[in-house]
Order: sequence, then structure tokens, then C-alpha cells
Amino acid sequence: MIWESRHLPLGTFRQPGPAYVPILLAALLLIFGAILIFTAGRAPSLSSLRWSEWRHTLAILLTCVFAVFAIERLGYRLTVLLALAFLVKGVEKRGWISSLAFAFCMAFGSFFLFYTILRVPLPQGPFGF
Amino acid sequence: MTETLHNLTIGFSVALAPSVLLYAFIGCVVGTLVGVLPGIGPLAGISLLLPASFGLDATSAMVLLAGIYYGAMYGGSTTSILMRIPGEAASVMTCIDGYEMTRKGRAGPALAIAAIGSYIAGTVSVVGLMLLAPPLASFALRFGPPEYFALLMLGLLVLAYMSGGSMLKSLAMAALGLLLGMIGIDPMTGFFRFSYGLVELGDGIGVVPVAVGLFGLSEILLTAGQPTAPEVKKPRLNELLPSRQEWRASLWPIGRGTVLGFFIGIIPGSAHIISSFVSYAVEKRLSKHPERFGHGAIEGVAGPESANNSATSGAFVPMLALGVPSGPIPAVMIAAMMVHGISPGPLLISQQPELFWGFIASMYVGNLVLLILNLPLVGIFVNVLRIPYPLLYPAILVFCVLGVYAVNGSAVDIGIMTATGALGYLLRKFDFETAPVVLGLILAPMMEMSFRQSLAMSSGSYAIFVNRPIALVMLAVGLALLLLSIVPFLIKTVDWRQRLGLEAAQEKENA
Repeated sequence: MIWESRHLPLGTFRQPGPAYVPILLAALLLIFGAILIFTAGRAPSLSSLRWSEWRHTLAILLTCVFAVFAIERLGYRLTVLLALAFLVKGVEKRGWISSLAFAFCMAFGSFFLFYTILRVPLPQGPFGF
Repeated sequence: MTETLHNLTIGFSVALAPSVLLYAFIGCVVGTLVGVLPGIGPLAGISLLLPASFGLDATSAMVLLAGIYYGAMYGGSTTSILMRIPGEAASVMTCIDGYEMTRKGRAGPALAIAAIGSYIAGTVSVVGLMLLAPPLASFALRFGPPEYFALLMLGLLVLAYMSGGSMLKSLAMAALGLLLGMIGIDPMTGFFRFSYGLVELGDGIGVVPVAVGLFGLSEILLTAGQPTAPEVKKPRLNELLPSRQEWRASLWPIGRGTVLGFFIGIIPGSAHIISSFVSYAVEKRLSKHPERFGHGAIEGVAGPESANNSATSGAFVPMLALGVPSGPIPAVMIAAMMVHGISPGPLLISQQPELFWGFIASMYVGNLVLLILNLPLVGIFVNVLRIPYPLLYPAILVFCVLGVYAVNGSAVDIGIMTATGALGYLLRKFDFETAPVVLGLILAPMMEMSFRQSLAMSSGSYAIFVNRPIALVMLAVGLALLLLSIVPFLIKTVDWRQRLGLEAAQEKENA
């Protein structure tokens, strides 16, 4: 952020410009970070942390990234259907029928509840659903 | 007093209208479900229904969203007591003694005391809100930019000081939040800042995607992979009645929790979480038999549950009277009010009395609805947790994505939620608190604006912050807290948080 602020007027101590407060905060964050690094000796070691859930974490994050790119291109229902099918079948290893049934019910059920009943605007997608 | 009662009568005429009652009921049911489900806290629940509230009138929208907020506080206790799963963070302390009571076959009285304590605290704290908000709003009319800057600064310092963990970490997180709040158009000069070519970032980063990412998605990321659904122990209706001894033991903790929760609620931060920690610690300290705590002491359920419900009303005081959100949830509610063309602040109570008093009256009604809902229907609500977690978390994820997208209709918001979810996951792994990030993000535009306006008013003189008495007092209190937190580093002494057992509580939450 300090680097990006170079395009913005800094202003003066008495008349701060648009870059003044961001640079001040970024500097504060750097100072806090430096103190934390210097006092890190008292903290538990990195190896004591457990990362047993990392596969699920990665899969869920990838699903969210997929949703970012798909929701306006494929529409809400198709995006949710594919995302849930991936999570339930691919990650959780449930059966094909139960995975697809769950994904279908969630995708169309939540669309009906929020779009049709509660009138929340959701993208339709190119195939009309 | 007569005027207050007259205004309350107006409020009840609004709150008892069938449509408003219906939305209070829906809010309470959704809130209870949100509280029962782990991984989807009140914020995610409110975000989810925020777009649905746009079509309603302002009063109904506020009643619906407030119902979710305090409904979640009620619902969170159920799973804490029956299954040792805190439905949301404020119920962590209830797990300790609540679950021990369940193991001893006293789940019914624990649930009953939690519900009744919550009802009493909820109702009494609304009286506090009703009495405190109007005079505070009148007082706040004297506030100019220097006072607002001092108030916001004080809020951040109090949050950092009250947090269970390291103050340094909390301050670093607040600075990160403030920095994120700098993204978007500079309101004083019109310069685009840190938008990286994304038009959607022109208005800044939204509170909802960041909050859902940091709280909701990060919780899913941390808990996904649980193989089996936890065992559910459902008490029968006739087992709910507490014994005379349990009533007597709960009375004072409920009273103390109510008062503590309300005043902690006014302070910016995750008040409902902190209040339950402080209440538990106070009850343990005041008890003649502190050794009973952790082994099924009913005071350990009554105090924290009352405190976290009372804190929800306390949090509405600065929101309604000053227009300053004390945390992410009031911030989202302020956003909802703004959609309806209402700007909360000192003039709200005088200009929109039907909204303010209708909102107050609906909270009385809502608390009664929750008491009726929670006790007899507890078995129905816990059935939600019979859904296997491998199916439950994908469903919660869908609601998170839906809620975040629907606010602005922007896929960029889902991207922000994903990024902050990953960040929140790492921060929580490394024992950083995420609440200051969200509060910093919310307060940043207001804080920067009031800082620069103050300097413009004084022709660049920083003396404006010390020449005005209200600003000076608030900054002095903030500085005192900062110095107090440094003392344990300089002199080897025990910090008050350790004395109250807050750090132990925090560790328990993280475990």
C-alpha cells in the first residue's frame, strides 16, 4: 500500500492528503509486525499447529473461486449445483445419487426461496435457469 | 418519564401491527436456527436476509434483522448446553458448565435458566436502551469532527484492551482493518485509492463480504472434515423445571450478567462475546465455591447467557443514538437503515420516533417470542444438528455465497469473501482475533474523515483534539488504557485479563 500510494498526493502534516492516512496506517502495521516478530520467541512453535483439515480447506476455497467466475456466467442454480456436487461427491465421497439429489434440492430450493419468494435478485444464466 | 411511556405506547402500536409481529417472529426463528448452527453466526444470518429486507418498510426491516441478532444469542446456548458445541462465539462460556449439567442429567434446568436469564436480561436491557439512548443522542448533538474522531479512537483502543489475547495483536488487526477501509474513493478529494482497476472497489470494500469471510467462511474452513454428526441429547418438557436451589443460585448471576452485558455492549467490539467471558469470570470470582465451576455450576450458565443477551441491546445504544456502529452487526444494520433512506444518529429519535420506539417495543415482543420458542421447541431446533456435517457445511457455504452476492449483486464480493475467509483461517490458526479487522474496516472512513475535517477546521492545528473537553476526555481515557496494557510488559505483574481468567477462556475457545 505504501508503494501504491506513490500515485497519490501525500499532503502535509497540517493538511493531510489522500495518501497520508494510508501510509501512516501501513507504517503502524509494519511496526506492530516487527514487534510481533521480535517477541515471537515466547509463542508456541509453528510445528505445534495441526493442519489436518487442509484438504477440505483447499477444496472449499477452490469452490469459492469457482463461484466467483461462474455465478454470473452460468447462473446461480447451475453454479450451486456444480459446486455442491463437487463438494459432496468429490470431497466428502458420498454416493452419486445422494450427492446429486442434495445438490439439486439446495440449488433449486434456495433459488425458489430467495428469488421467487423473498425477491432477492440472483443471476439466471444463459440456459434460462 | 411520562414522555417515555407515551413514546413507548406509540412504539407498541407499531410493534403489535400484524405485519411487524410476523417479521419479529420470522427474525426470531431464523435467528434461533442461526444460533444453533455452528459456522453461521448472527452476522452471516443478518447478511443473508439483508437483501430480502430491502423490499420491506424500514421498521419491519429493522425488526426482522434485530430478531435474528438476539435470536442467535438464544439459539447459541442450546447446542452449547446439549452438545458442547457453541452455535456462535458468545456461547463458548456456556459450554463449560452447561454441558457438564447435561452429563449429570440436568440439561432441562440448564436450558430453562439460559432461556429465562436471556429473557430477563433481554427485557431489562431494553429498558436501559430506552432510557439511555435519547439523552445520549441529545448529548451527541454537541459532537463535531474532533469528538467523533476521539470517540472512534477510544472505541478501537477499548476493543484492543478488552480482547482476551494480546493487545499488540489486536492493535495490529485493527490497523489492518483501518487500512482495508482506505480502499475506495477518497471522500475529501475524489481520488481513487487502491482500487487496482476494479470499479467495484470504488465504493470501498463492503462490510458484509469481509465479515462473512472472516467469521463464517473461516469457521467452515476450520471445522470442515468432521466425520460424524455429534450425539444429540434432547430433554423432555417435564424435565425443564429448575429446582428451588437452582433458581436461588441463578438469581444474582442473571442480575449481574444483565448489568455487565448492557454496559459492555455499549463499548465497541465483539461485546456479546466479551460480556459472556467477563460475566463467567466475575461469577467464578464471587462464588463461595469457585471449585464447582467447570463441573456443572448453574451460575456459569445463568451469568454468561444473560450477559450476551443484554449486550445485544447495549450495542444498539451507540448505533441508534450516535450513528456509530459498535461492531460488525450494528454496522450491517446501519447499512440496512441507509438503504431505507434513514441515517442513524442524534436526530433519529426526534425525526423518526415511530421507527425508534417501534424498534424498542418490538424487542420486548421479540424476547417473549424467543422464550416461548426456545423452551418447548428446543427438540425441534436441535434436530437441525442431526444433519451430517459433510452435508451441513456445503449448505452453509451456499448461504454465505448467496448472502454476500445478493447485497450488491457483485461477484467481486464473493472474491473478497473468499480472500478474507482464507485470511481469517490463517489468522485464527495463529491466534489472532478477527473482530478488530472488521471494526477497523467499518470505522476507517468515518475516522479518516473526522480527522481531516478536524484539521481543516483548525487550519492544521492538532491542538483542536485537546482544546475541546469531550474529545480530550475520550482521548485521555484511550491513552490510559494503552498505558495500562503496557504496564504488564514493563513491570512483572499479572494483567487483569489473566486475573479474570479471560485468557484461559480465550484458549478454551481456540481449542
